[in-house]
Amino acid sequence: MSTTLTVRSGSPKQAATADVDMSTALGRFELPNPVLTASGCAAAGQELGQFFDVGALGGIVTKSIMLRPRSGRATPRMAETPSGMLNSIGLQGPGIEAFLEKDLPWLVDNGARAVVSIAGSTVEEYGKLATRLRDAGGASMIEVNISCPNVEDRGQVFACDARAAADVVQAVRRSTRAEVPVFAKLSPDVTDIVAIARACVDAGADGLSLTNTLLGIVIDTDTLRPVLAGVTGGVSGPAIRPIALRCVWQVHAALPEVPILGMGGIRTGLDALQFVLAGASAVSVGTETFHDPSAPVRVLRELQQALAVRGFERFSDAVGLAHGAHRQPGELAIDDTHHRAADTKANPR
Amino acid sequence: MPAQVKGEVLSLRRIGAYNAMTVVAPGVAEVAKPGQFVTIAVGGPDTSMLMRRPFSIYQIRERGVYGGTVEFVFSIEGRGTRWLADRQPHEPIDIVGPLGKPFSLPREPATCVLVGGGYGTAPLFPLADALRARGCRVDFVIGAAREERLFGALDAKRISATLSVTTDDGSVGLRGRVSDALPEVLAVTKADVVYACGPMAMLRAVSRIADAAGIPCQIAVEELMACGVGVCMTCVLPVIGDDGETQMVRSCVDGPVFHGDRVRFDDIGTIPADVVGAPEPVQPTKATTATKRRKVAAAEAGR
Repeated sequence: MSTTLTVRSGSPKQAATADVDMSTALGRFELPNPVLTASGCAAAGQELGQFFDVGALGGIVTKSIMLRPRSGRATPRMAETPSGMLNSIGLQGPGIEAFLEKDLPWLVDNGARAVVSIAGSTVEEYGKLATRLRDAGGASMIEVNISCPNVEDRGQVFACDARAAADVVQAVRRSTRAEVPVFAKLSPDVTDIVAIARACVDAGADGLSLTNTLLGIVIDTDTLRPVLAGVTGGVSGPAIRPIALRCVWQVHAALPEVPILGMGGIRTGLDALQFVLAGASAVSVGTETFHDPSAPVRVLRELQQALAVRGFERFSDAVGLAHGAHRQPGELAIDDTHHRAADTKANPR
Repeated sequence: MPAQVKGEVLSLRRIGAYNAMTVVAPGVAEVAKPGQFVTIAVGGPDTSMLMRRPFSIYQIRERGVYGGTVEFVFSIEGRGTRWLADRQPHEPIDIVGPLGKPFSLPREPATCVLVGGGYGTAPLFPLADALRARGCRVDFVIGAAREERLFGALDAKRISATLSVTTDDGSVGLRGRVSDALPEVLAVTKADVVYACGPMAMLRAVSRIADAAGIPCQIAVEELMACGVGVCMTCVLPVIGDDGETQMVRSCVDGPVFHGDRVRFDDIGTIPADVVGAPEPVQPTKATTATKRRKVAAAEAGR
């Protein structure tokens, strides 16, 4: 084998799950494990805290917070789509001051590593949000949402323009402490995601979150009108997984040193493993949380099991591994039926 | 606090035009209160239907031979509910609950009028049981489009002081809506409180009537939800808070039970201009200003 993979070749026994070192890093943010929630799919942690220990995950990525309270868009805001959903929430939220007063302290008090997602309408707003977060402390990382499709001026999603994306990243990076990484969350709805990624990195982004939803529409064939009051919405869920995965793949291939937080339709540990193999240093579990509120901890368990079965001792050894030399047909990291059976059992989905 | 439980289908039965499923759900049944709901994952482990289906709780049995059970009523409306209707006893079922705020009960014995539309009547039965256990008088007003869409008429008759029935087509009871029968019922019973569950148009009419009569009214809404646990912000409604301010609040955790006079029924499906966080009116110069700001920021950055 021409890869750097550490394989316990010939070992008849399944590697013990607990033996896999799951620690990882997103820039200077060190995480005990690589599974986080996804922005907009975990609120600010309290609700999901009823179903699992928020401190057990690598981090909690909060719903994008804005400077002021925001009512969001009119209802209906959601439509189920095949293996996914379409949403047009419109960044409803309490605003940064209420967030800093109630939500962020709750996360910190409950042992969660808080990745605070921020969204603004102007470069200036992003800069102010970052300043406010710097002064308050408590955030382990900042995810800059420059790709929400549900804002008023939809033609001006920052992540669809390299220059605009870079301006936002620069404003946030300048107002953030050096030890707090700034990740830009990008949209897959662009011709060349590598160009946008490169512009963000050049502007000071420590890493990239890939990807946000894709823009979509569902039409009600009874009313003969769009289902969502906002007409268009963001498509998420397993339906977009191959697209998000392709984005991770392309960006990692072009910018192998840049850490990636990968997301897009992850339901199982094996889905997460695909993102890791494509180059993600950590993953976010989003829409699946609506289906299974304890999904993030389940995905973590399944990912660790999947790595153990494949003979990995360290999670980090799997990051970007799929970019290595092609394997021969039939050449598997799990090389006997015992392993595969165990794996299927670990990932019943 | 809600729990996520690998439950088991105990039984499925037909009730008129509806289906009712009883699930062994220890940890859910013991703490469930009238007005709360559960969500069910549909379609099996590899389902392409990711949205859990929310259902009001119909019957709660804290103890059974197999453990606590909850029963919910549903109508086959799409692929998810079709899948549910095809389940067999002993099959596993992923259930989360109990969710949402329950109905508030009067502290003193009171006369309570319970108004249900279609299978929205279902959650009123555990409520009626709880009210009667407190010595309250219960009167039912139930309605539906036609006779077979009525839910629980016989049971309602058995446990209520009076039962009024309406159907849109007059196939049984008074021809018309529950709102046509309600004013007289309120007057005759000298009702102290109204509880209602059913379609939004019905809840709006019932709230108006109760309000006009000066009688407090609690309604349970059935809004479209994605998560059911307060995360996704799909199920929001414009509701007036204690501070007099209108917020877009989540039906799943701030409801599904609301005081009828707090819900801005006429504004559902919109963002009222006075809601907290409503968008500012769009200024014609906004785009220009945004572009300018960006240029300024870029200039500051030395570009």
